[in-house]
Amino acid sequence: MLTYLLVLLPLLGGLIAWLVPDNRLRPLLLPIIALPHLALSLYLVVTPSIKVPGSWLWLDPLGKITLLAVSTLFAVCAVYAVGYLAYRQERSNRVLCLGLLVCLAAMSLVTLCQHLGLLWVAVETTTVSMAPLIYFNRNARSIEATWKYLLICSVGIALALLGLLFLAYATHVAHQDATLLLSDLLEDARLLNRGWLHAAFIFLLVGYGSKLGLAPLHTWKPDAYGEAPGLVGALLAGGLVNCAFLAILRVYQICLASVTELLFFQQVLVGLGLLSMAVAAIFMARQHDFKRMLAYSSVEHVGILAVGLGIGKGALFGVLFHLINNGLTKGVLFLSSGNIHRSYGGKTTEIVQGALTRLPWSGGLFLAGFIAITGSPPFSPFISEFSIISSIFTQRQYLVGGLFLLFLAVIFIGMALTVLPMVMGTPRTDLEASDYRDQLLTVGPPLIMLLVIVWLGGWPPEALLQLLKDGAAMLEVRS
Amino acid sequence: MVSLADQLLVLVMLINFILLGSSRMAFVIRAVAAQGVILGIIPGLLHPFSGHLLAITVSIILAKGVVIPYLLNDAVRKAQIRREVEPFIGYVPTLLLGAVFTALAFVFAQKLPLAPEHRDLLFVPASIATLMTGFLILTTRKKAISQVIGYLVLENGIFIFGLLLAEAMPFMVEAGALLDLLVGIFVMGIVINHISREFSTVDTSRLQTLREE
Repeated sequence: MLTYLLVLLPLLGGLIAWLVPDNRLRPLLLPIIALPHLALSLYLVVTPSIKVPGSWLWLDPLGKITLLAVSTLFAVCAVYAVGYLAYRQERSNRVLCLGLLVCLAAMSLVTLCQHLGLLWVAVETTTVSMAPLIYFNRNARSIEATWKYLLICSVGIALALLGLLFLAYATHVAHQDATLLLSDLLEDARLLNRGWLHAAFIFLLVGYGSKLGLAPLHTWKPDAYGEAPGLVGALLAGGLVNCAFLAILRVYQICLASVTELLFFQQVLVGLGLLSMAVAAIFMARQHDFKRMLAYSSVEHVGILAVGLGIGKGALFGVLFHLINNGLTKGVLFLSSGNIHRSYGGKTTEIVQGALTRLPWSGGLFLAGFIAITGSPPFSPFISEFSIISSIFTQRQYLVGGLFLLFLAVIFIGMALTVLPMVMGTPRTDLEASDYRDQLLTVGPPLIMLLVIVWLGGWPPEALLQLLKDGAAMLEVRS
Repeated sequence: MVSLADQLLVLVMLINFILLGSSRMAFVIRAVAAQGVILGIIPGLLHPFSGHLLAITVSIILAKGVVIPYLLNDAVRKAQIRREVEPFIGYVPTLLLGAVFTALAFVFAQKLPLAPEHRDLLFVPASIATLMTGFLILTTRKKAISQVIGYLVLENGIFIFGLLLAEAMPFMVEAGALLDLLVGIFVMGIVINHISREFSTVDTSRLQTLREE
């Protein structure tokens, strides 16, 4: 019963947010809903879930991992939103609060779904509910970004629906009784017609891949991440990406069960993953806009996830761990970059210089986030990336491993060339004064997230490791 | 009843050509609404009567025949668009391309490993042809509203394929998908309105400030 509350609680919050007339009080609703949601998620993650045969909604280990990542990130962003929206009282935040809470409900639903049709509906809901949030700044640039995001993602998701119908048709051809329930599909994946399965997997990968932002379907990403408020950027990069990746994991599970399709799917994933990393490496160099730079970093990290999933075996643990780490680290980066943007009134390296002097806390967090996301110890992305790389080499995939390391190195240099001038040096003297000051509510949340990353990097709790192992076991070839 | 459904699908494919060949927005919106209503009727011809079927039929006809056309007309009126001028590819070439795609759809459907009971029906070729028409409109037209129509036609094409599998999609999922479509079109309508206010045009080829230098 409690699982339903994960979806209903944020929906109720959204309704209240719509009704509250006061622009100052409304943002308080976000943490009021998000913190109990986090507590509930933690409770559900640690209690063993009972599988009810034929049930549509229950939390399996993969769902638990995603729920943990999404709910933590959202709770932190919700607290941050109170501080952030206090600076943005010039415009109504009604749609923003409503959209955020509906999106949380939809993301929770994604983690619960065991029926692929319902999963599709939930993923599509996250897409639609995020669109008005990208347009929060109400200017020509943000409307352009919203249009590209909405059109590319909607068409992509429509193609995923076609893929789902192909999958259902494969079951219809096999035994006259079409189904999209995950457990049924896993059971009879071996009996299904290969042609339909093949077509289904291609369409599902293209569809959810465009939502995920895998190259060459990533074109909306820099625009949307660049124009959205930092808070929304964090949820796009750490929330929606994780949901889309869970959808890909479900498809992967079916490929695994069908045996014959697995190799093909893995090869495509490795190819697209490496392409994403290459694209990120190219566009990251000489990037003047730091929010667009973060978008390419997101393209890079979905590439890492895809390569790891394609490699399989030992890398799977790293992939699932990286899913959590990437989301949280992106949260640190986007929230602190939002603060820097606010203070300087711009987001290009021409304007933003010497952030450590002007904003010691936000500048420091941004620098630490950069060090973490590029995979340096003591932060947890180091561990997950390292376990993916070592698994690539133990499986003797030297070409993949070599390219992977090369792209990581190029990306590190490219990102450093943007980040270091931003945070070091002295601020320009001709900057306009800003009313933004670092304060507890805008700096505390990303700081907590950074501490969590250090914690996970140094002393990961046993329960989490066990959960990740359980999740990886669901994605391993059983012989 | 199945043969009647087949004839309706021929009508759906004819509407594809109307959409490809016409530039007047009000007319195009009416055509896409008609296509939606026809698709709403078809499930009633294929399956025995039930409450579930009635609910689905009514909600599809309401959504695709009334609400979505209303939202689109509203966007057109507010943004003052009458016709699609200067698409990337002209009307006659897109019509010819549409004809080629429809022919290819029939050839391709012949080769698919369909279930025996679906082999001689028009569902699969009509679905592929409509899908391709949607893509063609999406890629060749410049106006934001035309792209929304392309998206709707694409969605209709997918829906035709879904008709073969009524039992795989339980009511909740179908209703959810329809609601998502509605809200999506609603948001798109608002965005179109803002585009026209911000740029004084709804020409999406003007949306190119955001790119890498």
